[in-house]
Amino acid sequence: MSLWLILTALGLMAISGLPGALLARASPAGQWTAAVLNVCASILGGVGAFAQLLGFDEPQAIHASWALPNGRFAVGVDALSALFLLPMLLVSALGSIFGLAYWKQSEHLRTGGRLRLSWGILTAGMMLVVLARDSIVFLMAWEIMALAGFFLVATEDAKPEVRRAAFVYLVATHVGTLCLFAFFGLLRFASGTFDIWPATLGEAPSWLAGALFITGVIGFGLKAGLMPLHVWLPGAHANAPSHVSALLSGVLLKAGIYGIVRVAGLLPDPPSWWGATLLIAGSASGILGIAYAVAQHDFKRLLAYSSIENMGIIAMGIGLAMLGRTAGHPEWVVLGLTGSLLHVLNHSLFKPLLFFAAGSILHAAHTREIDSLGGLAKTMPRTFAAFVVGAIAICGLPPLNGFASEILIYAGLLRTAAGGGGSEQWVWAALAAVALAAIGALAVGCFVKLLGAVFAGAPRSPRAEHARDPGAAMLAPLACLALFCAVIGVAPAAAAGVVASAVAAWDPAAHAASDSLEALLPLSAIAAIEALLLGACLAAGLAIYRWRRIRSWIRVPTWDCGYLRTSARMQYSGSSFGQALTLLFGWALLPRRRVIAFEGPFPRPASFASEIPDAVLDRGLLPLCARGARLMARARKLQRGPVQVYLVYVLGALLALLLFSEW
Amino acid sequence: MISSINALLVVVLLLNLYLLGTSRIRALIHGAAIQGILLGCMPLLFYERFAPLPIVIALATLVLKGSVIPGMLLKALRDAQIKREVEPLIGLVPTMLLGALGTGASIAFATRLSLAPEHAETLVVPAAFSTVLTGFLLLTSRIKAISQVIGYLILENGIFIFGMLLLEAMPFVVELGVLLDLFVGIFVVSIIIHHISREFASLDTRRLTSLKE
Repeated sequence: MSLWLILTALGLMAISGLPGALLARASPAGQWTAAVLNVCASILGGVGAFAQLLGFDEPQAIHASWALPNGRFAVGVDALSALFLLPMLLVSALGSIFGLAYWKQSEHLRTGGRLRLSWGILTAGMMLVVLARDSIVFLMAWEIMALAGFFLVATEDAKPEVRRAAFVYLVATHVGTLCLFAFFGLLRFASGTFDIWPATLGEAPSWLAGALFITGVIGFGLKAGLMPLHVWLPGAHANAPSHVSALLSGVLLKAGIYGIVRVAGLLPDPPSWWGATLLIAGSASGILGIAYAVAQHDFKRLLAYSSIENMGIIAMGIGLAMLGRTAGHPEWVVLGLTGSLLHVLNHSLFKPLLFFAAGSILHAAHTREIDSLGGLAKTMPRTFAAFVVGAIAICGLPPLNGFASEILIYAGLLRTAAGGGGSEQWVWAALAAVALAAIGALAVGCFVKLLGAVFAGAPRSPRAEHARDPGAAMLAPLACLALFCAVIGVAPAAAAGVVASAVAAWDPAAHAASDSLEALLPLSAIAAIEALLLGACLAAGLAIYRWRRIRSWIRVPTWDCGYLRTSARMQYSGSSFGQALTLLFGWALLPRRRVIAFEGPFPRPASFASEIPDAVLDRGLLPLCARGARLMARARKLQRGPVQVYLVYVLGALLALLLFSEW
Repeated sequence: MISSINALLVVVLLLNLYLLGTSRIRALIHGAAIQGILLGCMPLLFYERFAPLPIVIALATLVLKGSVIPGMLLKALRDAQIKREVEPLIGLVPTMLLGALGTGASIAFATRLSLAPEHAETLVVPAAFSTVLTGFLLLTSRIKAISQVIGYLILENGIFIFGMLLLEAMPFVVELGVLLDLFVGIFVVSIIIHHISREFASLDTRRLTSLKE
């Protein structure tokens, strides 16, 4: 039953953009039908997914024959698939509501219909990815998802930087797909069937299992954006429309995580380097991701790098679960995977929240530059409130949901590090625990910088001065996501209970053997503390609000230390706030600075500019590709023009093939 | 039966050399038409017993390759007011020599293939190779667009001869495929000719190089 509900939802999602594509361009009806279809599909699919997660329904599968070579349409749903379906449905529906005001059809005649068509297809493709139970179906769904994502990123294709970002995304996603072709080919070789999830390897030799792990992690990691495979992520997130960024970051990255979770479950007792690799990759992504985030000038790029950091945290949790399987400690598996999957859910709540809020700012101020904003807390108070909720949640601070998932991973790592039982796993866990602590601290620094520069102080440009809160269609999704963040924050045990069935689907033995989560970590006590904290925050906020209403206020400028003429440009900028951290990570970020200092008695005007090129993309891959292109330019001589010459090439190739086959 | 097939194919091979050597476009078209008529007779010889299918295929081939397409080409020759001479990139005699060399190489090559015994005795495979090569030579060594069309036609003829081998195994699909392919090809190139004669006032494919990036 639940599978049919979910498949119906998938179908509705897939066609949601179609009416709009057929209607007249100026008509707003297409936009509304798309939003209504999206919301209906989300409710239907949500019912199905919850039925799976709460155990009202058995895991199901459908196998139907298909007129394709090796074709078999096999889909199924279990608790793990259902868990990943939830964010897809929620963010897709909320995003389509947000888009009603953010990407109005009347303002975007050329791109609106295309965006909504790709939006529905992307959501349907992602749903099919988690439902697929056959390698071929999986790869097809993966490709549908990747291409729909490309069209979404390229929405504003009139801008050259958008085209560039979309192209980088397209190349990266196809490299990933290539790795997945290798992965599923090897899997077919090892298991003898195209059936997947659970894919049983049987007596696969260790080199084959290792190759499977490496191709799988690279292929799925490219989608998830783990460092150094993140090359496409910042550009695509920054240049896509904001609700698309929310969908990409909140959900599309999770498709990669879903794949990594499935790969991690291939072997019942994986070699310990599998888990250690994920722990190290996760730590590196986390620390470098957030370090890059601190250094950004563009707030959407900053949020994109922070997604890389969060994917790192999730990968750490998966790595811990794998170490637990290797060492035979079911409680590590439960803590690591519960934390990791809960963080998947949480990240798909607070990151879309932040991207929606960023979209509201962009919509009002028309700039993504942190250093030309400022003082928005006064002019956009509702957006500010939503942004604060998102920022607290993403930093993993109580009383919101980010804290709940990160503390589970902490507890797992510390338990491993302290009581590793003489195994070598404790080294990795101890290192990862330190990394996770550092990530948390840097994240706080990063978001203080962002909040301070964007919302506090005085406006740095007229654009920021005239920014106003958006309308209800854009605020409602924000409020909804903020509410979910708070609910999971004060009821982590309930959320962990929902996730527990997915953990049980991943490793039933460990789930059965381990102590209950409550025994491992007193979640209800944490919940009580968090509820108190949240209550205190709300009470304090209410008190301040009432106090400000009662008292009469006189507005005066801040005391300016005796300067005669202060200007908004004299404030600390976001870059100057982040400079300490940027310098600390200078060895990895390699910032480029252009400084013209004051010199001599009659100095010329001075200036300072800095930028942080991405180390992997801008310093590594692009120069390499440029060199390759120069090398290949020599082959351009072959392109002469006359048809006759090309036909000679065809003839030559034909004869060469004939000779080759003869030989 | 085999001897009559082989006799027909020898005529086809001789026609190939004639097509490479002639300097008049009208003669080129006539040669292609005769080759088409010969090919049209072939399905009848390949089918041992009486059946409607080879007759249909033979009739369709005769009509299309023997009269409709050459007629279209002759009309194009008249309407577009093309000079009646072939303009070769390589001289006529060298192309003829290349064609002869190609025919020899095809026969040598065909003997090395492991063919079914009933096909090994006939000239079908070498004739097919040689005709494809002739088509390629015409395509690569002639300048005028109309002689290129004839090149494609000859190339398709070579593929048609190959198709004879599959006539028993999967007759309908192969033959219809070949005919359709041919028809579409001629259609497209006719349109191209039309455009060239109207837009550029020339049928010289060297002008197409301006399309180069």
